[in-house]
Amino acid sequence: MSMQAEPLTRRGKKDPGTGLENKEVGQDRKQKTQGRAAALLIIPSLIVLGIVIVYPVIDAIVMSLQKDQGLDPVTGSFVAGGFAGLYNYIHWIFQQCNTPTGQASCPAGTLGSQFWSATGTTFLLTVITVALETVIGFWMAIIMSRTFRGRSALRAAVLVPWAIPTAVTAKLWFFIFAFDGIANTLFHTSILWTGSEGPARAAIIIADVWKTTPFMALLILAGLQMIPNDVYEAAKVDGATAWQRFTQITLPLVKPALMVAILFRTLDALRMYDLPAIMTAGANGTTTLSILVVNQIRIGFNSAAALSTITFLIIFIVAFIFVRFLGANAVESATNSGKAK
Amino acid sequence: MSVATLDPSAAKSVARRRERWSSSRTYISAAIILIWCLLPFYWMLVTAFRDVGYTFDPTPWFTHVTWDNFTTVFSESLGNHFAQNLLNSLIVSSVTTAVALLFGVFAAYALARLEFRFKFLVLGFVLGASMFPGVAIVTPLFQLFTNIGWMGTYQALIIPNISFVLPLTVYTLTSFFREMPWELEEAARIDGCTQGEAFRKVIMPLAAPAVFTTAILAFIGAWNEFLIASQLSSEATKTVTVAIAYFAGSQPHQEPYTAVMAAGTVVTIPLVILVLVFQRKIVAGLTAGAVK
Repeated sequence: MSMQAEPLTRRGKKDPGTGLENKEVGQDRKQKTQGRAAALLIIPSLIVLGIVIVYPVIDAIVMSLQKDQGLDPVTGSFVAGGFAGLYNYIHWIFQQCNTPTGQASCPAGTLGSQFWSATGTTFLLTVITVALETVIGFWMAIIMSRTFRGRSALRAAVLVPWAIPTAVTAKLWFFIFAFDGIANTLFHTSILWTGSEGPARAAIIIADVWKTTPFMALLILAGLQMIPNDVYEAAKVDGATAWQRFTQITLPLVKPALMVAILFRTLDALRMYDLPAIMTAGANGTTTLSILVVNQIRIGFNSAAALSTITFLIIFIVAFIFVRFLGANAVESATNSGKAK
Repeated sequence: MSVATLDPSAAKSVARRRERWSSSRTYISAAIILIWCLLPFYWMLVTAFRDVGYTFDPTPWFTHVTWDNFTTVFSESLGNHFAQNLLNSLIVSSVTTAVALLFGVFAAYALARLEFRFKFLVLGFVLGASMFPGVAIVTPLFQLFTNIGWMGTYQALIIPNISFVLPLTVYTLTSFFREMPWELEEAARIDGCTQGEAFRKVIMPLAAPAVFTTAILAFIGAWNEFLIASQLSSEATKTVTVAIAYFAGSQPHQEPYTAVMAAGTVVTIPLVILVLVFQRKIVAGLTAGAVK
């Protein structure tokens, strides 16, 4: 029975020649009966996920191929709805709007003219926050992995920013960055933080880094703790410097954990909504793709559905690149976690 | 080599000094992390307890202490219904957590314990689902719920919340279950327990902490949700995160900072206590599966 805990499937499949013939048959039967039990246990969850995720996604794709009913915001003429083909996608990607004289670039200020700037903002915020969180998180993880008195207090403290709801975090940093707020007072500056592009983005980045670095640090810390101490001892005996130990041992060994942490954070940052929505309402170059979708919902569902599908595809492609080319394999590490002990 | 020429006690003192220097560096770094993580939170507390007239007073400790802000938070005269919002959040988060656990426990057991085809695929799907952008489902659900008259109901918030809480639950529980000593179940059977008894007396007590930790993570996730709630809730079902984001003050164009910080404190303190008490478990749950 304890054999069951071992992952048999892949091993059993990959080298069928090693096992005894009758053992193979036994395994096969076991897999079959377990398969039935597994199906019974898993299918309810899959049905639920189908209802709450797969159905809306398909619905969104169907909607995105329909025209929005109502007055066209640009031409002022009534649109009856009906099949739109890829119009909604063209509208966003080429920033083309219907005008009385035919297709033309969407006027500045309308949502239609903001797709690429929102994409740019989303990626900019993602790259900067994830980079900062990785570096700071790594440093925090190294400190937390050391043995010293008060270590568990430190580990508890880093959970505080993580536990605070993002909406509260946004309000808190909004207050800190208020014109008369503590940030300007402390640094003797008088910056209108949410009033122009650079400072507004900086404020959002700082708030995001504050909130999510602990999560990153804890994931990296878990990776660090997997590295056996004798590896370091051996390297020390061989005369490796601290820097060599870091680049030759720590980095390669922590890489799988690090890549998964970066993948999680990147996908999370790409859908960023709460912080910019509350701190700046998307003003001054802080409109992310999620904010653009939400702003569009009340103007036209179908067009919003096209944009949300594009957003989903962008995130999917980034995840694919991570898994395929950068070797961040979260599923693999989940499947192997039993073995890795 | 120069060490060899020194007398042993001097070498030892050099080593000790180096050790002390490295340990004091650790303490300094730890202090920086501690301050960075806690200072903004501390500032929220200070402001929450500060008289409105001194909102921007930079004094770093508690001055002009008052409970007024908390009274403002719960007063309905400005059009806020914070007590109702708290109740809404509690209902939505509890039901979401319960549903996710109910389904998640079984799926996780199968993923951790049983061998079957497509396991990799199922795990991949679950993981993909947990990374899913909320906006991608908000748009169709907004239309759907409007059409069937569900806007402003609790299920309109609970159903989309399940879309990210259930994958998280399955994923976390799977990693927890995988690490459990399942041999004990077999041992109990050999010692004469029935399958049911073995499950109840051996497995349940072992699994309870894992399920409990997952429940905390799921609850915090649902409690902190903002995007879905901001789009699919009505005045009656508004949750606390949305309420705090759009908190009404007495002056139309003046942000009621002290009251908002007080509201934030009310929402955050239970979470912070939860996190401090169950710190070890939460860290284990957060990092389970992702990195092992």
